[in-house]
Amino acid sequence: MTEPLIYARALEKKFGDFAAVKGIDLEVAPGEAFGFLGPNGAGKSSTMRMIGCVSEPTGGELRILGMDPVRDGSRIRARLGVCPQHDNLDPDLTVFENLTTYARYFGIPRSEGRRRATELIEFVQLAEKADGKVEQLSGGMKRRLTIARAMVNEPDLVLLDEPTTGLDPQARHLLWERLFRLKQAGTTLVLTTHYMDEAEQLCDRLVVMDRGKVVAEGSPRYLIDTHSTKEVVELRFGTESPASFVEKLAGIGDRLDPLPDRLLLYTADGEGAVSEVHRRGFTPSSVLVRRSTLEDVFLILTGRTLVN
Amino acid sequence: MVTTYAVTHGRQMPAISRVASILSRNVAALRSGPSYWLVLLSGFFEPMLYLLSIGVGVGALIGNISVGDKTLSYAAFVAPAMLAVSAMSGALAETTYNFFAKFKFVRSYDSILATPLKPMDIAAGELVWAMLRGSLYTVCFLIIMVALDLTTPLWALVTLPATMLVGLAFGSIGMAISTMIRGWQDFDLVHVGQFSMFLFSGTFSPVQDYPFAVEILIALTPLYHAVEVLRALSTGAPSLGILVSIAYLALTTLAGLMVASRRMSKALLA
Ligand SMILES: Nc1ncnc2c1ncn2[C@@H]1O[C@H](COP(=O)(O)OP(=O)(O)OP(=O)(O)O)[C@@H](O)[C@H]1O
Ligand SMILES: [Mg+2]
Repeated sequence: MTEPLIYARALEKKFGDFAAVKGIDLEVAPGEAFGFLGPNGAGKSSTMRMIGCVSEPTGGELRILGMDPVRDGSRIRARLGVCPQHDNLDPDLTVFENLTTYARYFGIPRSEGRRRATELIEFVQLAEKADGKVEQLSGGMKRRLTIARAMVNEPDLVLLDEPTTGLDPQARHLLWERLFRLKQAGTTLVLTTHYMDEAEQLCDRLVVMDRGKVVAEGSPRYLIDTHSTKEVVELRFGTESPASFVEKLAGIGDRLDPLPDRLLLYTADGEGAVSEVHRRGFTPSSVLVRRSTLEDVFLILTGRTLVN
Repeated sequence: MVTTYAVTHGRQMPAISRVASILSRNVAALRSGPSYWLVLLSGFFEPMLYLLSIGVGVGALIGNISVGDKTLSYAAFVAPAMLAVSAMSGALAETTYNFFAKFKFVRSYDSILATPLKPMDIAAGELVWAMLRGSLYTVCFLIIMVALDLTTPLWALVTLPATMLVGLAFGSIGMAISTMIRGWQDFDLVHVGQFSMFLFSGTFSPVQDYPFAVEILIALTPLYHAVEVLRALSTGAPSLGILVSIAYLALTTLAGLMVASRRMSKALLA
């Protein structure tokens, strides 16, 4: 078996007394697309920064590309591509120069840097903007440029911290499509997200994180199959509180979860469950039968929703 | 897998190319902003105006002055001090405002630290850059001093590397301060310090004219040592005593760099 690119055991990060990451185990193999799914404050960025060798673990074991991040940080970072949660492009430089300058930090010769910058700007579809300043770019364009910048050293491992948060659907899809191409080209991707659709689209395997801990691990399909039911029925009852229906509908399906605005009914057979609700004499103001998602997995595991 | 230059043969990038990468970023930024050139110019004119108004203007009233056993024109006395001031303000301008903005607000250094570069590489690169800016001033200043017959071409050439050391010392002090202050308002304090040094570090009058306690106090400031070295060299009268000042400036440079890189690690690599 090939050595994992990321290997962590009981990895921990404390800020003073506060533990942001509370002992997690990870292994990411070459070529994999691996995700961290979790709500705000779960410890995703803290973990990513440790993997990116810009934050020292306060406990446990961590090896990146077979090396020790504290001792060999510089050598590891030479082979990583990092897209941080908050864009930190250089506002004094043009789009093109942002890439060529970054290449210099890796010791890449000037002409080679220019060649790669030209290629990458094409790849992220920013060719018309190449000579403009960064501030003239939209949020989605900045994100694409940050991803291009992360690729300038032809990394073995790319870390993407919430690559599409804050983007409109069209910009997100464009980014997903670019990331999917990277993945197909064999690049190992590690990303964090609190969008379950993003995790489902891009990740071969993921961990669900909550409050510094890994609460589940597996492929999106596996997680849904093991932790949730095949289908979910979403019931709304106008102005009435969903919680008040939990008792009345008890026994229908495998599980009932009241949210502030709707009641979730987990079952293998959505249509059957809906008929049963009607048979008991209740008429919800709206009924939606859908397949289970990672969002449901998260709710079942933690009792909370992902996006708040 | 594709080769990655920094690790092509399992070796690290040499220090020189790490520093050069920071310089090349600043050169690129320079090309793209005309506003920067204005700032650059203004930094040069200030000490020049002082030299002309006080050194030459007031100097005409004062005539010659004697320092120790030497007699020289007042303008020749003030000129090396203004030379030190131009090296100081050039370097300080880079490592205070510009460095602080990149460190705290633009957060350029966060992105650089995700590459093989370390805080010390960034600090060293920015310091060399600051020194170069100071040297741009001092080169021009020395040419004018030669033209005004305030030094000779040969001594000007000897003085130049010393102005670079002055730039390094002040640049590193400025950088260390920038990693410690809380916000822009604290730069007012830096200004007060800079201006007091400007007035009293043997710039406009020999320090021996002050009370002894004040003289000691002045002798602790970096500008005093900068002026001592540059005055001794530009007037063509170096003594062994300036070795102490040179050592002072060199140690200050190293100390400032270490403080700055350590504070950067603490702030950016949490
Ligand atoms: N430098 C720091 N000092 C102190 N606390 C920190 C620091 N960085 C993160 N934390 C805390 O650690 C916890 C985890 O933060 P982290 O940024 O890793 O979460 P996240 O999963 O990335 O959240 P988000 O989805 O909001 O980005 C939070 O409670 C945060 O306040
Ligand atoms: Mg985060």
